[in-house]
Amino acid sequence: MLVFDIKRYAINDGPGIRITIFMKGCPLSCVWCHNPEGISGQREKLYTKQKCLGCGACVDACPGHALRLTSEGVSSDVSLCTVCGKCADVCPSLAMEISGKEYTADELMKEIRKEILFMDCSEGGVTFCGGEPLMHPDFLLELLQRCGKEGIHRAVDTTLYARPELVRQVMEHTDLFLIDLKLMDSFWHKKYCGVPNELILSNLRMVADAGKEFIIRIPLIEGINTDEDNIRQSASFLASLPQHLKVVNLLPYHDIGKNKHEKLGSVYNPDQFPMSTPSENLQQKCVEIFHSYGINAKIGG
Amino acid sequence: METTNAFGMNDRIKRLRKQTFEAEPSLSIERALIETRFYKENEGKYPIPVLRALNFLEICKHKTIYIGRDELIVGERGPSPKSVPTFPELTCHSIEDLHILNTRELQRYTISQQDIDTYEREVIPYWKGRTQRERIFSHVPGEWKLAYETGMFTEFMEQRAPGHTALDGKVYKYGLLDLKERIASGLAALDYMNDPEATDKQEELTAMSISCDAAILFAERHADMADKMSCEEKDPKRASELRKIAEVCRWVPAHAPRTYWEAIQMYWFIHLGTITELNGWDAMNPGHFDQHLAPFYEKEIAEGSLTRDEAKELMSCFFIKVNNHTAPPKVGITAKESGTYNDFTNLNIGGIKADGSDGVSEVSYIMLEVIEELHILQPGSAIHVGTRTPERFLRAGCKVIRQGHGYPSVFNPDVYVQELIRQGKSLRDAREGGCSGCIEVGAFGKEAYVLTGYLNVPKVLEVTLHNGVDPVSGQKVGLETGNPCDFKSYDELYAAFLKQIHYFVDMKVRVSNYIDRMFAKYAPATFLSLFIDDCIAKGKDYYNCGPRYNTTYIQCTGLGTVTDSLCSLKKHVFEDKTFCMAEMLEALTTNFEGKEAMRQRILNRTPFFGNDDDYADQIAVKVYDDLYDAIEGKPNTKGECFHLNMLSTTCHVYFGKVMGAMPNGRLAGKAISDGTSPSHGADTHGPSAVVKSLGKLDQVKSGGTLLNQRFMPSLLKREEDISKLCSLIRSYFAMGGHHIQFNIVDTETLYAAQKCPEEYRDLLVRVAGYSDYFNDMNADLQADVIARTEQESF
Repeated sequence: MLVFDIKRYAINDGPGIRITIFMKGCPLSCVWCHNPEGISGQREKLYTKQKCLGCGACVDACPGHALRLTSEGVSSDVSLCTVCGKCADVCPSLAMEISGKEYTADELMKEIRKEILFMDCSEGGVTFCGGEPLMHPDFLLELLQRCGKEGIHRAVDTTLYARPELVRQVMEHTDLFLIDLKLMDSFWHKKYCGVPNELILSNLRMVADAGKEFIIRIPLIEGINTDEDNIRQSASFLASLPQHLKVVNLLPYHDIGKNKHEKLGSVYNPDQFPMSTPSENLQQKCVEIFHSYGINAKIGG
Repeated sequence: METTNAFGMNDRIKRLRKQTFEAEPSLSIERALIETRFYKENEGKYPIPVLRALNFLEICKHKTIYIGRDELIVGERGPSPKSVPTFPELTCHSIEDLHILNTRELQRYTISQQDIDTYEREVIPYWKGRTQRERIFSHVPGEWKLAYETGMFTEFMEQRAPGHTALDGKVYKYGLLDLKERIASGLAALDYMNDPEATDKQEELTAMSISCDAAILFAERHADMADKMSCEEKDPKRASELRKIAEVCRWVPAHAPRTYWEAIQMYWFIHLGTITELNGWDAMNPGHFDQHLAPFYEKEIAEGSLTRDEAKELMSCFFIKVNNHTAPPKVGITAKESGTYNDFTNLNIGGIKADGSDGVSEVSYIMLEVIEELHILQPGSAIHVGTRTPERFLRAGCKVIRQGHGYPSVFNPDVYVQELIRQGKSLRDAREGGCSGCIEVGAFGKEAYVLTGYLNVPKVLEVTLHNGVDPVSGQKVGLETGNPCDFKSYDELYAAFLKQIHYFVDMKVRVSNYIDRMFAKYAPATFLSLFIDDCIAKGKDYYNCGPRYNTTYIQCTGLGTVTDSLCSLKKHVFEDKTFCMAEMLEALTTNFEGKEAMRQRILNRTPFFGNDDDYADQIAVKVYDDLYDAIEGKPNTKGECFHLNMLSTTCHVYFGKVMGAMPNGRLAGKAISDGTSPSHGADTHGPSAVVKSLGKLDQVKSGGTLLNQRFMPSLLKREEDISKLCSLIRSYFAMGGHHIQFNIVDTETLYAAQKCPEEYRDLLVRVAGYSDYFNDMNADLQADVIARTEQESF
């Protein structure tokens, strides 16, 4: 299983102090994604120019001769790179890194157990996040079951873009879902996230119908989803769910993902989309719309 | 009393705060003049303890009395707030010292040319050859002096007296007249027939009795002055306050206090007496002040003779009094190792009582409010959080921490009580104990626990890597333990390092024991001895086995730096053979010049302490255990022994200055790690990993560890973030953590403060066991604070 990050003392991924496991691979490709290295299910090479000493160790180490030292740092010929990782092994300054480390379930359980005391003390637990953890059903289910047996609170941070069957299975072994609601119009959802949203919405309704605990998070991205129509539709959809929502977290967009796109050298450029951080006024307006539907929306979370 | 809002300072406190905040530290030569005159006339006429007590009496009789306009709690050590006396009997400042103090950029103490001239004429000539400092330096062996000068260790008692004392609750039960009675019966019971020490005891007890008179006289002079001022006062409200002040000062410290106000004033007179008599390290400390005051508070609230607002106002007045008392100036190496105005009165709030029950009271919450509102340098404060401590108290403390004032720090009584019991204290005495100064533990009111100085542990490794030679000075300071290039294994290297540790520890112990005797003989603290059990009962001085317990500490600094350096050598030189020893030594000599790739490899490819990685953590545990073995049990001169302490204060900055590059990639001159914290920037897995690493040390074996954690304000925005911080603290303490403290600041703020200091005058930053104003720190210390790992978690 490829994991691209493990975060300890994670305090924004559910209740208490948590350990968050970031699994690589996602069916969506949201243009604002701040973890773009989670999108591909493969190992990827990351290069951080500012950290590069220009020592050339990676160039010498590359068996496929994919790297070249230029005045602009190290340039990479993607067609020759097999992401073997030899460059990252020799890089002294971590300018060259491989995103995605193979873990067995045993190894991950070992990592999770390191935080047991903090979880117990804070009523925290583990959060499986991505990418999209449901892209790895067998692995995810095994971990969820093992954590369940050990009494570790399990949260799954998911797009819900998955077969309903699978969602149902995961649901049985999950204590809390963290669900992103991005755009209500399927056309725009497909345009900005790469896939339509009907499956997501019906899965969300299924989770709610089953009485499962879940938290809704909505990224607020001016230019994408902060128009009144979308906010009203989101609020009305959430209000129609059988379960009473305690709170909806609205997360104003920040362009922290940009830096990561640079590292990935992704051809795809988020700059082509008119995204910006919503003003405080606009944020407040969104909050009020939710309130008018009887939903307690909060900025941040 | 002035009325207050439920929250916020009233006008009186605002004015007093402004005054203490704006007063410039200055030097007062009054004490030195009184003392010198007295010594010239009387030296040789009395036994030394009596001479010391009469000297104290003389100062109390003649020193200027100060009662400020808005004050309710009265008494200053100098003639006015932040005016600091000198103690020529310990260290007599030279003319040059005084000029430096008057003109240096940081920790400046102003003094007039006229006073400097008087000092030169009347004080300096007399004390030449008579000071403690000269006695000490005339005796120490050459190798000690060399090691001291190269920064292997420091010596606390070179300019100040042993102190680090905190009081228990007895001063709220007995007045000085009660103590005098006890002394009188002690004198009457002396057995000159069978006790060869009877004469010494007679001298000491007589001196103690004189010391009581001195403090009572000092209080009465305040009463007289307050009465006089009240007659002249036009404002009837202030006139009545002054009459009340007079009434309080006529009652305490002669008698046990009856009210909350008297209790605070009682402590304050004892505090003043102690820091006037001598210049002990860490001023004085009321210990569990909230626990001592709670019975007075509760009784008076029930009777209706005190309101919560009044109690808070008096507490604020007390805090301001402590803040008025700037630390006496240090010079030379001692100024470098601990350059601060802070005199380390560190209040213990909450915790547990002597019977093991929860010590939190309404007074504890009042103190937290006062800390938050006053936002001043002194006193330091710490919340003490045991398993019995209510969560709401911890939360209230964490909310003050969130303000980023650097206070309070957090201590774990469940662990320090074990530490004290391990050292041999009774359960009750251990529970009445706590942490004073920075993080050191002691049995309050019953112990002399003396810090003797810092040991530069990374430098011991540096010297080991150069076969006993200090590469910075080129001097041979250590043992010849072999050329490291000949070491076949990591174990050989480690064995050599350990040999050097023992060599320097033993060297330090010998001189500390000598200094101990110097204080016992020449500078008995006959006033302080009154308040530390069992000095009166034994007829012996605080410095001379009088206390029930007598601990000597050596503080080991730089655990993170030395661990990471050993990790680097073990992994890269001995295991992976990334570089050979010669290459490593060459890199250290050249400060990694032209070897940035090598340095980066070390920084990024070495397991470092503070990441919950057993490779590094087990080395830290080994070093810690070996330091313990080297220090623990070494005899002191009081029939007890040395213990390990893991404090650094600001000394890690000075120690870093006198060191070359280290194998962990730290460059020459940069600060070493503080206390038991990870090296700056070495901890990359968040605070839970840090505390887990620290939790692997068996902290009960120490007399205190220190963990600094930088937290960005962004991590503490929401209510639930506070809960998570509480959980982090509880988790660390469940693992056996002794202490943790937080700097809640962002780097941008700190850079801004460097650029535009005048706009950030009140920026308090937690440095080590205390907080300091960022602007009062030198550039190195500022850089050090900035460099501490930011625990960003987004």
